[in-house]
This record gives sequence, C-alpha cells and structure tokens, in this order.
Amino acid sequence: MNISKNVVLIDDGGANFTSVTAGLEQLGVNAPITRDARQIQAADLVILPGVGAAGYSMKHLRDNGLVDVICGLKQPVLGICLGQQLLCESSSEDNAKCLGIIPVKVKKLENIRIIPHMGWNNLTEIADDPLLEGFSTEDNFYFVHSFAPEVDSRWTIGVCDYGVKFSAIIRKDNFYGVQFHPEKSGKVGARLLANFLRLKC
Amino acid sequence: MLKVRIIPCLDVKDGKVVKGVQFKAHEVVGDILGLAERYSDEGADELVFYDITASADRRKVDYNWIKQIASQINIPFCVAGGIRSIADAAKILENGADKISINSPALENPDIISEMSVRFGKQCVVVGIDSFERNGRYMVHQYTGDTEKTINTGRDTFEWAKEAVERGAGEIVLNCMNMDGVRNGYDLPQLAKLTAVVDVPVVASGGAGTMTHFQDVFEKTGVTGALAATVFHKKQINIGELKAFLKDKGLQVRR
Repeated sequence: MNISKNVVLIDDGGANFTSVTAGLEQLGVNAPITRDARQIQAADLVILPGVGAAGYSMKHLRDNGLVDVICGLKQPVLGICLGQQLLCESSSEDNAKCLGIIPVKVKKLENIRIIPHMGWNNLTEIADDPLLEGFSTEDNFYFVHSFAPEVDSRWTIGVCDYGVKFSAIIRKDNFYGVQFHPEKSGKVGARLLANFLRLKC
Repeated sequence: MLKVRIIPCLDVKDGKVVKGVQFKAHEVVGDILGLAERYSDEGADELVFYDITASADRRKVDYNWIKQIASQINIPFCVAGGIRSIADAAKILENGADKISINSPALENPDIISEMSVRFGKQCVVVGIDSFERNGRYMVHQYTGDTEKTINTGRDTFEWAKEAVERGAGEIVLNCMNMDGVRNGYDLPQLAKLTAVVDVPVVASGGAGTMTHFQDVFEKTGVTGALAATVFHKKQINIGELKAFLKDKGLQVRR
C-alpha cells in the first residue's frame, strides 16, 4: 500500500469519525480530520464521512464555508454513507439541499417494512470502474441507513437491492459516493478503501 | 439480499471479558481484543459488548478498550450497559462504537431514547428489552443484572417495544429471560409476535444452544439478527461452521 498519499477527512459535524480514521490506519494511512479549506484543497485524496442527518451536516458545511471548496475539488473524493448523500442534489431527509455535485435525489427507502436497512448486503450490479476492481456481486458490505440516492444509469456504478433498488455507489468524474460503510465492512471494505487510495490524483 | 446477522455478545468488566453472574465472582475468560478478533475472523457479523463495570460515577469509567477495539476490528460493534446519559453515549461513540444499547435507563426516562436518536441518529440507538413470560403475558423486567434487584416493571413487552420505536429506537434486542441460559432455543412465539408489531430490525437473544436454534429463529420469526454468548465462548459452536450450516439450509449468510 502506498502510504505516502496525503488523505484528509472533512469535518462535516458528525459525531463519530473514529471508525473511518481507524479503518484508514489499518491500511497504513493517517488521515487528519479538518475543516480547513486549504488543507482540504492540498490533499491528494479527500473523504467526506458522515453519520447523522443531512440538514445538520449541510448547515455545518455552509457555516464553515466548505460548500464551494468541496464542489471545486479536482482530486478523488469519497463520500461515505451520509457523505454520499451530501454529494447529491437534495435529500428528502430534512428537505435538505445538498452539494449538488451529482445530479440525483436522495429519498427515503419506500415500501420497505423494516427500516433502517441494517446489516450486510451485496450489490446486484457493478460497473467497470477502478474503484470496484476485483469486486463481484458476491461481496457483502455493511449498510445502515434509511435514505439513499435513487438509481440513475448515468451516475450509479453499484446497485443494491433491499426490496427497492438504490445507488450503493455513485460516481461523477472525481467524486465517488458509497452508501455502505467500507470501514465497517471487514476485509471486503478494506479492499474498497485500498482501491480508493490507489486512485490517481 | 440482506444477510442474517450472527452476533456474539461479550461481557466486559474493567476492560476484560468475563463470565459469571453480576455481583458475584467474575471469571476473566480472556483478553477483550483477542476474543473480538477471534469472532471477527470466524465470521461474526457484528459484536456486542455488555459493559458490567460497576461504577458510581460513569465519568470516571475508562473507555480505552472501546478505542482499541475500533482500531483493530473492522466490523460493527455495539456497547451496552451503564449508559445513562447523552454524555455517556457521546463518549462511547467518540471512542469508536457504532451503536449504543440502552435498557433500564430507557425505562426510567423514556425521553432519553428520543434525545439520543435526535443527537446521534436512530441507527446508533438500540433499545434492549428483558422480557419474562408469566401466565401467557410477556412483561418487561428491569435491573436484571442482579437477581435480587430484578423487578417486573408492569409494562407489556410489545407495548414498550412499540413505544421505544416511536421514540426513535433504530433496533430492538429482545432478551427472552425464560430461555436465557437454558439453551433450549430462542423464544420463537415471542420473537414472531414482536417482529410483527415493530418495523425496525429485531435481534433475538436468549436460548441459543444448537445450530438448529439459529435456523429456527431466522425461518420462523422476522428477526434479522441472533445474539448468543455461551455457545460461542465455550466453543460449542464455531461461527464459520454455523454460517456454513445456515447457508446449507437455504438462509442468506455472509461468507
């Protein structure tokens, strides 16, 4: 693993960054948590984690002047869970306007009896993408969420089916989002994080 | 498809894994990290740590063990026991736990469920319910850590579960006390009834003795997870073998 890369985590007001930083440390990467625009812009790779509610996190990003900073990033960016949802256009959670980088809407999982979608699930469709190199529909990831981006063939590169299909992974240019928690998805998740760390700046 | 979850539960006291009845002599069964790693390697889908450290002042409790687990284990884990306030929960989550489970404090002050749910998100908030059947009625019990202090709260198990979910619980762990420690199987009628009345994930607890018991609880009730302690600690059931067995029976498991 190339550990010389400079990776940062954007502080979006969430309560728990420990598992993401720990997951990266297990891959030999020490990623600081920051809301400093210059530090974020200077990084080789940027991770937008996120546990909590969309409205609260967007307010936190706006209050810290980070909306334009994130939208202007040219290096690979990975949004995790709520972080993926923040990359989208809007979320029906809190009726939040999100960053609008990837033009899809985040909706509550509908007509599903058990919410949150909590536990290990596989992807039913996987696109050919460097982030997903080596993955198959047999691999399971850990999900815990009640909202998700809809499926849009232009941007969805991984589909999950929980009675309703949703975007488990989206990509537009240098922006990636995953609905599951790779840092909590055992060896499979570690492989995905390793693929991300290998993306070209 | 969503996989069933196999969840070993470890009792922790002063940062060590113990077994034994609370307030009696505890036998240290092992190093917490060693056991957590063993279960993770065997294929556990999630871990629960039940903290039975006795303390008059929770602020002085050392949560370094939580941080150590978070740095070594990359599957989700929940911490239960002794969480009485938002501050306790925040400290546990900041140290790297994915969920917190509350039981007696939620009964004392049900508002704490909603407060935690708003603050941390419902996916973090698990409500544990200790339920005991008497004359065909399932009643919620409290302070079950100490047999001399255990009381029947007078609350109906299903009504309390529904209230907890309305208040923002993202998951219910139902500990069926009649079955606990007996290893005659999970309480299937009770779990089936609970999963029919709540719309959040339910985890079965109490009664696992054989691999077939796990098969039964997933086939005959709507639970999405099954928790057990003794059968795993005593190596009576290996989690990898259990999952192979369940897969063979046609259940969806993570391999």
